[in-house]
Amino acid sequence: MTARTVLACTGAVVVGLALFLLPPRILSSFGLNQLSIMIIMALFGLSQGFLWGFGGIMSFGQSAFFGLGAYAYAIAAIALGGSGSAVALAIAIPAIFAALLGYFMFYGRVSDAYVGIITLTIAVILSNVMNSTAGDVYQIAGVPLGGFNGIPGVPPLAMPTTGEYLDYDGTWYVAVGSLVVVYIGLRGILASRFGRVVVAIRENETRATLFGYDPRLYKLIVFALSGGIAGLAGSLYTAWSGFVSPTVFDLSMAAQSVIFVLIGGLGTLLGPILGAVFIQYLMTVVGTQQVLNASLLLGIILVVFVLLVPKGALPMARLYAGRAWRVLSAAKTRAPRSRLEVPS
Amino acid sequence: LALSALVTLNVLNSIATLLLLSLGIGVIYGMMKVINFAHGEFLMLGAYATVIAANAGVNIWIAMLIIAPLSVGLFGFVVERCLIRHLYGRIIDTMLATWGLSLIIVGLVTSFIGTTIQGVSTPLGGLSIGFYQTSVYNLFIIVMAALVTLALWATLRFTRYGMIVRATMQNPAMASALGVSPSRIYMGTFVLGSALAGLAGGIVAPISGVAPTMGMAFMVKAFITVAGGGAAIITGTSLAAGLFGLVNEATTFLTTPVFGQVAMLATAVVMIRILPQGITGRFFRRNV
Repeated sequence: MTARTVLACTGAVVVGLALFLLPPRILSSFGLNQLSIMIIMALFGLSQGFLWGFGGIMSFGQSAFFGLGAYAYAIAAIALGGSGSAVALAIAIPAIFAALLGYFMFYGRVSDAYVGIITLTIAVILSNVMNSTAGDVYQIAGVPLGGFNGIPGVPPLAMPTTGEYLDYDGTWYVAVGSLVVVYIGLRGILASRFGRVVVAIRENETRATLFGYDPRLYKLIVFALSGGIAGLAGSLYTAWSGFVSPTVFDLSMAAQSVIFVLIGGLGTLLGPILGAVFIQYLMTVVGTQQVLNASLLLGIILVVFVLLVPKGALPMARLYAGRAWRVLSAAKTRAPRSRLEVPS
Repeated sequence: LALSALVTLNVLNSIATLLLLSLGIGVIYGMMKVINFAHGEFLMLGAYATVIAANAGVNIWIAMLIIAPLSVGLFGFVVERCLIRHLYGRIIDTMLATWGLSLIIVGLVTSFIGTTIQGVSTPLGGLSIGFYQTSVYNLFIIVMAALVTLALWATLRFTRYGMIVRATMQNPAMASALGVSPSRIYMGTFVLGSALAGLAGGIVAPISGVAPTMGMAFMVKAFITVAGGGAAIITGTSLAAGLFGLVNEATTFLTTPVFGQVAMLATAVVMIRILPQGITGRFFRRNV
C-alpha cells in the first residue's frame, strides 16, 4: 500500500464520517428530512445499480419490490408493533417474491428485453391490485389495505431495545447506516468468488456456462438480493413518510431507479448513489414550481442520457479526468503522447 | 342461453380489444426488434385525436378511423427520424429512450390538456340479448379487429411490399445487397405500427375514459401478448390474444376485473416458462 492510497483511504473515511455526523448538527429538521429521503432513494438506486450494472439484468419494474417492502413494513409495523421484525419482513418478502419471479424468468431463459417487459408488467399489475383493495374485505393481519388511499399512520422506526420511536436524527443515522452496510456488503460480494462469477456471466454467459457455472442460479440469487435491497429501501421510505399508498408501485418510481443508475454510471456502485441524490434534489426543486412537470423532466433526462451520455456521469467524468491528467502530464514531461486511446 | 351468448360476446370482445392493441407492437417488435415503450402513449394520442376531432364536430367515424391513425402515424414518423433511427440494434437503449419519450408525452399532455378524463359517447346504440343489454359497438370492435388482422396478414403474405418487409426482417444485409433500403423499410414499418396504435386508440376511446396515463395499462397487456405470441407476428399475436383474452374475461366473469388481469399475467409468466419462444416458437412456425 503506497502513501497515496493510505492518504486517499483516510481522506475518504474522514469525509464519510463528516457527511454522516455533521448534517444532524448543522441542518434544520426539514433539511435533514429531505436529506434522509435522498439517502433512502440512493439505497433504492443501489438495488438497481447492482442488478443492472453487475448482474446485467435490467428490471423495468424495480418499484414492485420497493412497493412490496413498503407495504410489508406498513402492515407488519401496525400489526406487530415492533419495527425490527417489520424491516426484516420488508426485506424477506420482496426477496422471496423476486426469487419466485426469477425462477420463471431465468429458468425459462427469456431474453433481456422480455425480463424488462415482465418486471414492468408485474409493477403495473401490483399497482392495479393495490388500487382496487378499498373496503373492509381487503385486509392483512387486521390492517385494511385502503385501496387508492393507502395505509395512513404507519409508526416510524423504533429502538429495538426500548421501543422508543426514532426522531429525525435517528432516522438519518439508520438511513445512512443501511446505505453504508449495503454498499460495503455489495463490495464484499463483488470481491468474492460469487461476485466474480456474476460479472463473468454478465460479460459472456455462454463462456461462463462452459466453465461449469449455472447462470440461471447466479442470476436468480442476484435478482433476489436486489429485490431485498429494494424492499429495505421501501420499508425505510414508509417509515420516513409514515404513510404508504399505491404510488410506491408507480412506473415513475421504477423509472427513477433506472435513471439513478443511468445518469450516475452503469457498472459502478457509487454512481447510482450520486444519481439518486442529484435526481431527488432536482425533484424537490421541481416540486416547488409549476412550469415544468416532473414526469416531463425525468423523460427528458432519460432521453438525453441514452443518446448523449450512455455510460453515465461518473465513468464519463473518470474518462475525461484521465484524459486531462494525461494531457497535463504529457505537457509537463514533453513525452510523446500514447497512441492508445481508452476504448469507449 | 342469453347469458352464455353474452359471455361469449364478452370473451370475443376482450380478445378483439387485446388483438387491436397488440398488432401495432407486434409489427414494430416483430419486424424491427424495437421495443417501443411509448406505444401506450401513441395509443393515448390516438384516443385524444379522436376525442378532440369528434368534439370539434368531425364525424366520429372519420375521427376514429382516419384522423387518429393518420396523426399518430405522422407522429411516429417524426419519432423514428429523430430518436429511434439512432438506436437500431441497441435494444435496451431503445427501451430506455422510448420510456423517456413516454414520460415526456405524458408530461406534455398533462401540462397542456390536464388530467381530467375526457370521452366521446359510444356510437351505434344498444342491443338486447334476452334480458341483457349490450352495445352494438362491441360487435363493431370484433369486426374491426378481424378486418385489421386479415388486412395485415394479406399484406405481409401476398403483396410485394410484404415480401420485401419479410425479407428485410430475415436478413437486412442481404436485402440491402438486393437493392432494398432497410432504413426506409424500418421507417415505413415504424410508421405503420404507430398508425395501428393510433387506430387502436381511436377505437377504444369511446369505451374507456381518455386520460394522459391511460396508455401504460393497455401497453403492458399488449406487450405480454406479443411476447407470448412469439416470432410469427400475426399468427402468434392472434393466438396469444385469444388465450389471454379468454383467461382475462373468464376470471373477470367469476371474480373482478382486477383479478382478471392478475390471472392473465400469471398465465403469461407461466407460459413464458414453458414456451420461452412464445407460442409460435414451438407451433405454427412457418406462418407469418
